[in-house]
Amino acid sequence: MSASILTVDDSPSLRMAIRIALTGAGYVVTEASDGLEGLNKSRGTRFDLIITDQNMPNMDGLTMIRELRRDPAQCGTPIIFLTTESEESMKQQAKAAGATGWLVKPFVPDQLIRVARKVLGR
Amino acid sequence: MSANDPAAAFLTEANELLDQVEQALLDLDFALDDRDLIDAVFRGLHTLKGSGAMFGFDQLAGFTHHCESAFDRVRKQLSPATRELVAVVLAAQDHMRRLLGDTSAETVAAGDAILERLRAAMETSGTCEPALPSSRGWQLTFRLPPEAMANGTNPLVLLDELRALGEAQVVALTDQVPPLGELVPTECHIGWSVELRGDIGRDAIEDVFIFVMDDMELTLEELGALPTEDPPGTDDEAPDRAPPASDPGSARGRPANDGGVPGKASDTVRVPAERLDLLMDRVGELVIVQSRLSQLAQAGAGAANQTLHAISEDIERLAGELRDTMMVLRMVPVATLFGRFRRLVHDLARDTGKTIELSTEGETTEVDKTVMERLADPLIHLIRNSCDHGLETPAERSAAGKPPAGQVRLSARQAGGEVIIEIRDDGRGIALERVRARAEAQGLLQPGQAASEHELLQLIFHPGFSTAQQVTSLSGRGVGMDVVKRTIESLRGTIDVASTPGLGSTISLRIPLTLAIIDGLLVRVGTARYVIPLSAVEECIELSTEEDQRSRGRSLITLRDQLVPFMRLRELFSSDINPDTHQKIVIISTGSDRVGLVVDQIIGSHQTVIKPMSPVHCDVAIFAGATILGDGNVALILDVAQLLSLGQQQEERLRAVA
Repeated sequence: MSASILTVDDSPSLRMAIRIALTGAGYVVTEASDGLEGLNKSRGTRFDLIITDQNMPNMDGLTMIRELRRDPAQCGTPIIFLTTESEESMKQQAKAAGATGWLVKPFVPDQLIRVARKVLGR
Repeated sequence: MSANDPAAAFLTEANELLDQVEQALLDLDFALDDRDLIDAVFRGLHTLKGSGAMFGFDQLAGFTHHCESAFDRVRKQLSPATRELVAVVLAAQDHMRRLLGDTSAETVAAGDAILERLRAAMETSGTCEPALPSSRGWQLTFRLPPEAMANGTNPLVLLDELRALGEAQVVALTDQVPPLGELVPTECHIGWSVELRGDIGRDAIEDVFIFVMDDMELTLEELGALPTEDPPGTDDEAPDRAPPASDPGSARGRPANDGGVPGKASDTVRVPAERLDLLMDRVGELVIVQSRLSQLAQAGAGAANQTLHAISEDIERLAGELRDTMMVLRMVPVATLFGRFRRLVHDLARDTGKTIELSTEGETTEVDKTVMERLADPLIHLIRNSCDHGLETPAERSAAGKPPAGQVRLSARQAGGEVIIEIRDDGRGIALERVRARAEAQGLLQPGQAASEHELLQLIFHPGFSTAQQVTSLSGRGVGMDVVKRTIESLRGTIDVASTPGLGSTISLRIPLTLAIIDGLLVRVGTARYVIPLSAVEECIELSTEEDQRSRGRSLITLRDQLVPFMRLRELFSSDINPDTHQKIVIISTGSDRVGLVVDQIIGSHQTVIKPMSPVHCDVAIFAGATILGDGNVALILDVAQLLSLGQQQEERLRAVA
């Protein structure tokens, strides 16, 4: 079974870039356009990996990560947080919120696939 | 193959190892300094030598030893990797394949020439300065922060990453595991101590722990030098010491580009294909019996029947899941098939003097194992055609304003229950006027007869048709396009060709994912029932009584301003029962040709397990197989390709009369 990945981002173009890169690497990708939708889409199911941005309408990435970590059903779900070079403190905040790792924007598809492989181990 | 004959298992494994070595070598040809690829080649050769000696393939082990030594020097950066070395080792691994099955004196002697070339290649390559002696390895201990696992870090994945860096001895530290009463299941109480051998930089290790670095405990100490080994590259004969036992599961069954993880126990089980076939057959039987049961349950009434109904639904669900699981078991990624073609294209480029770049896409697409095996030959032929006829020489390409390197693109993707494989080249395309001239010479077309571009392109699939001016060593022999088309159609697939003069051509194959089960349309003709493969059904229309009367004698129906020939199955099957008043026409097609089949009644869609026809009936061409219906009766499955060609013949006859 190929791993299923949820990507949460309000920018359609970035979501598309992520989807193309990950499906090309053999993963199955589900998209959500903000934290709230991401939360709803992960209710009652368990993605093998969630990749989320920070700044989004309705609910930002950090809040979504905290909400997910409060849900015992999502215990241990890997979450990758997208950040930029200028937000060094964000990495720490994401770690504190319960993110598994981070990826610095802008990134090339290969970096994204490497991080996904690193966290999923497949 | 017996399931517990280690030598037979070794043969399977050796072929896989050689495939991986070949892939890595072909990649290395483009990236001579890629350490991962050099390591992959070395590991493959090393395992092959070790296991070969263990299972009594001494000639193979002796021969492989020399190549392994050469790559050991490259790995230790004592010699550079050169294109000549890659070419020699490619030739050497062909020889290794021969040695697997044939150890006659002359075959063994043929290896000497290769070894001579290898020696020459290693000497001319000179030796480069050994790299600065770096660490021979690390001793590390680490403990993850307590919340790491709950936050998605998987320690096993981290350990695998360490194993990927070099030879790793992993010991779990359980001294901090609390008594059961105090154990928090989501916390990581275990630490690990890892002895990592190999030429590894500190930053590579720190990269593994990048996401947990800040809060974890990690100690890193450099190890001393390794115990001395034999000096590399000694030219003695077969090794006189016992070969090291190869790591179980090292670099096995993984694509060469993922680097393999030495020492990682493989979690795959090899199962002989015939056992899978047997299981598939049983699952098919179960599906048939289950549909009988559900018919029985639906027919009855009363309280006892309620229970029967519930049980029947459960069994239906389980049988369905079992069937789907079974399908997936037989699926293999097309990567193994595509991998073979890189070598083919490499050799074709050498023989034709063209520069050819093969790119592949969608290697992870999976198809049924049998389908894949039967696809190999047609694909080889199609790729040969593209390289030989399609692509021009570098000089011709430059003159046409194209980059000198010709592109062949091989892609696979899944669409519904089918897999679509495309072979696209950017060569000269198919010359329609040559096709036309050839067709007229062969009497396939009357001079001056109108033919659309599509019809002309379809002619290349005609038996004996070839536009090659002369038979080269590559094309124009063995299988022709007609055989390719037949093979694809025997897989219930279709083949289509498109071409733009000067820009290249694309051949697309559409093939069902599995051969054992089809979705069919169940129809009745007279009292008998037949199954038409649903993938070929375009639409169903009513045959009105006056239309029926009008079309006696010439069976053509007008469908959206196009004439479509149709056949009365009752006549074809000599059914002597009076037809229903409202007969239906099922329009079937594969790509371009269409034909209608007149039936008495359309019963509905029906998923069917295909059973082959008995030897007595197997040459009745219009049936592809048989299936057993829910009530225990047999229904024959119609062969769409055959019916279409019958329809075409009928249409030609009618047109000739008209």
